[in-house]
Amino acid sequence: MAAAAPATSTGPATASTPLLEIFGLTVGYGWEGRPMSTVVRGVDLSVGAGEVVGIAGESGCGKTTLALAATGLLDPPGQVLSGSVRFCGRDLLALSQRELRTVHLSEISMVFQASMNVLNPVMRIRDQFLDAMKAHGVEDRDGAVARAKEMFDLVKVPRRFFEAFPHQLSGGMRQRTVIALALVLRPQLLVLDEPTTALDVVVQRSILEMLDELRNELGFGVVFITHDLSLLVEIADRITIMYAGLAVEQAPARQLYEGPRHPYSQALMRAFPPLGGERRRLEGIAGQPPDLRQLPPGCSFQPRCPRAIAGTCEVVAPPLVRFEAEHWAVCHLYDRVDDHPNVTDQGLGEDHGEKGATVG
Amino acid sequence: MRAFFSNRLAMAGLAILVFFGLVALLAPVIAPYSPTDINFTPFLPISSQHWLGTTSQGNDVFSQLVYGARASLMVGLATAAIISVVQLAMGIFSGYVGGWVDNVLNTITNIFLVVPALVLLIILAAYLPGKGLGVIIAILAATGWAWGARVLRAQAISLRDRPFVEAARMAGESRWRIVLVHIVPNMFGVLVANFFGAALYAVLAEAGLEFLGLGNINDVTWGVMLYWGENTNAMLLGQWLFLLLPGLCILLLGTAFGLLNFAVDQVANPRLRRN
Amino acid sequence: MSLTRAWGRTTGKRGPLLVSTLGAPGAPRQAAEEPLAVLEVHGLTKTYTVGRVGHQRTVQAMTSVDLTLAPGRVLGLVGESGSGKTTFVRTVAYLERPAAGEIRVLGRALPRHPSQRRLREHRAQVQMIFQDPYTSLDPLHTVRYSVARPLRSFDVVPRRALAGAVDDLLEQVGLVPPAEFLRRYPYQLSGGQRQRVGIARALAAQPALLLADEPTSMLDVSIRLSIMNLLLDLQRSRSLSMVFVTHDLAGASYMSDTIAIMYAGHLVEMGPASEVMGSPRHPYTQLLREAAPDPDKHFGASRRFDARGDPPDLTNLPSGCPFAPRCPHVRPECRAELPQWRAVSPSQKVRCALY
Repeated sequence: MAAAAPATSTGPATASTPLLEIFGLTVGYGWEGRPMSTVVRGVDLSVGAGEVVGIAGESGCGKTTLALAATGLLDPPGQVLSGSVRFCGRDLLALSQRELRTVHLSEISMVFQASMNVLNPVMRIRDQFLDAMKAHGVEDRDGAVARAKEMFDLVKVPRRFFEAFPHQLSGGMRQRTVIALALVLRPQLLVLDEPTTALDVVVQRSILEMLDELRNELGFGVVFITHDLSLLVEIADRITIMYAGLAVEQAPARQLYEGPRHPYSQALMRAFPPLGGERRRLEGIAGQPPDLRQLPPGCSFQPRCPRAIAGTCEVVAPPLVRFEAEHWAVCHLYDRVDDHPNVTDQGLGEDHGEKGATVG
Repeated sequence: MRAFFSNRLAMAGLAILVFFGLVALLAPVIAPYSPTDINFTPFLPISSQHWLGTTSQGNDVFSQLVYGARASLMVGLATAAIISVVQLAMGIFSGYVGGWVDNVLNTITNIFLVVPALVLLIILAAYLPGKGLGVIIAILAATGWAWGARVLRAQAISLRDRPFVEAARMAGESRWRIVLVHIVPNMFGVLVANFFGAALYAVLAEAGLEFLGLGNINDVTWGVMLYWGENTNAMLLGQWLFLLLPGLCILLLGTAFGLLNFAVDQVANPRLRRN
Repeated sequence: MSLTRAWGRTTGKRGPLLVSTLGAPGAPRQAAEEPLAVLEVHGLTKTYTVGRVGHQRTVQAMTSVDLTLAPGRVLGLVGESGSGKTTFVRTVAYLERPAAGEIRVLGRALPRHPSQRRLREHRAQVQMIFQDPYTSLDPLHTVRYSVARPLRSFDVVPRRALAGAVDDLLEQVGLVPPAEFLRRYPYQLSGGQRQRVGIARALAAQPALLLADEPTSMLDVSIRLSIMNLLLDLQRSRSLSMVFVTHDLAGASYMSDTIAIMYAGHLVEMGPASEVMGSPRHPYTQLLREAAPDPDKHFGASRRFDARGDPPDLTNLPSGCPFAPRCPHVRPECRAELPQWRAVSPSQKVRCALY
């Protein structure tokens, strides 16, 4: 790319440097005259090269805001209140708008929900590719076209659609096109926010397969945001569960699936009827997600938690408890180390924006 | 409703409208003389007897202005009312009923849209027997309904297919009930905005027609004042006051309707609000 | 009535399960003493025309669907977009007029051009729950209005009993205390609460048949189960028949006694939920099953998945089986003509040449 990356670039991630590191990110939305609504509270996350990290949660949990803030795409009235984001060692939040524009698409790409509508309806697909590449300094037109077509092949859209207008493609093909556009400059990180929710299940599966193949071939890292936990369990390496702006549990996918620790994760796992096996009645989660402007003291999930400990959960913010490697949860249930042989250590809750955490 | 009253545009527009409304209502009380009284010397300057001077015909400018408010308000509101009723009827029948009725009505609307309103207005005003405010209201309504009718038709069509309207059908509600209770109320924002838009159009168009001499030149209206001013070369004689003032009033009243139009739009469509 | 009462089912045996046997050669006829089907549909077809004059095409939204639903049973209608599942329920609700075919509710056929009165009688028996809770309630009317209206329209209770009946319905859908919800407007309710109002409204008419058009697909995951359980409880306690439309195979499996799969406007497989899920016969059903998230089966291991082509173009359906262009087991006879229904078990049938 002709446009220079910021001088502080440290190049691609190595095995030791994670691709993306988010520390204690806190994001709020503020309108004049109204109290700040904190939508993301002290979230930590890291993504390594070639890794798929999933973020699961329901609407309003802050996962989209987290992604927007972490990629520098957050617009007012949203603002980052505290925390940091490092991309390949670089402080992403400190970059200027110009520098960010260079980074976007060439190093970090984002694909939103129903992105198929993001394509300019009056421009041919080919031109949209060329436009994007030109903006990032790819001057050689023929080379650009070749690369774009190559990408098109990789996402398995027939080449004849390259010259077409977006409305001539089906929804699934448009989504693939958007993914191709996101990958054409070979970014190191791809952030996907509900990329397949609006699509049929068969199309969805094909696109996920394709993404997997591409990841193996091109080696980028993926952040996959969705409410569909059963899907995430199949495709992610590690999963973070978010609730009311907090990261409440994080674990490798298999461990989360086989042994979720946080009551919300447990309930969420059970909320998906199984495809096969015996039919049993399942229970949903009673109540509503909390109003982020009026959070209850103590644990945010407590009003709906079937395992809440009276006297503790509604008063005191829960601590972060570590289980085996890379598995932690923010919950009072595991306050006593001796009760739970799996618990390796306990951290304090202040990382997560709550004061007054106790160590059990 | 609350959003409306806290909207600055709405308040400004409403204030002006109320002001003129009061002036119109209290005209006999406020005006020192009868507006048709031509016993005064023409072209008198501002004085304690004639607060704004006299016209070229010898009328008291201030009195004429005050009574003129009645005419403008009446024309504005009456025309808007007629137009709104016609638009609503057209929109509902065309949009909701659909089918061949829609085709016919839509064609009629399109015809009226295509004919240049200004030309039609002038021709009608010039050739229709009888002059005066009634005729003006009639021809303004006849030329001004088409555009809003199209908008309302589009709204009706979009509402017709909304799930809650289908749900109303499933709940056994009759067609008429659905129109009255579900469709029209949900079109209210556009309806009211259109009303004020039509009023704006009416006030300005009326002034235009009268200025051209196509109204009844013996009526007391701001437009006719402009006519007399122009015809008696008030400008050249340095008597700009009684050209300026009616124009200003027309402008203000028109602005009031315009502001209310914007405000209702903003309130009805939250996305237009600027925070 | 406790909504959390434990409630288990084993697979299979639940009393007579009526499956339409029309057109299947050699199948036993309906026994005379079996209960009257709540819904019987024969050859139901729906088409649309799209495009401007001169460039018009016909969309075959639904082709010749035959279906029977017994009282107190839940039928899960599964398919992707364009499968015709929504068209089916909208046509049965008579929000759309069928191009061909017959609809019978409780034995009474609906005439080609029903009068307003006949339509109202139909709606007293067949009610619908809409997919989008954010647009299926009039934003200008209170909860009370929305629920009371059908009670009035269908004369379910006398005037003075109206308030009590509304309260009762709100309680039954879990909006308690009713007084708190009566005067609320939709914008003051969450998605799940709005959907409950929609359910209350549908129940108000005291229908025999509920058509649920993807009632949970626009709700948050944690709310979906409570709504599904609510529907099941209500269906059970009132012995309602229900058609549960969904694109989610797992959801259909949870809710339904019988599952019917639709593709390109055609019904392609039908049978008891456990059988269709346990041993899907039609290649399309198998494709759906493969595509659906299933951590139990597919953990970690990358799987080869081949969608084999694009979703069908409803304006240009091939002759013969609509799935033929994508079918891994396609044979010449598949393209020649639409396969007949074949029974692969006493209760499961497939429209496929393979059997």
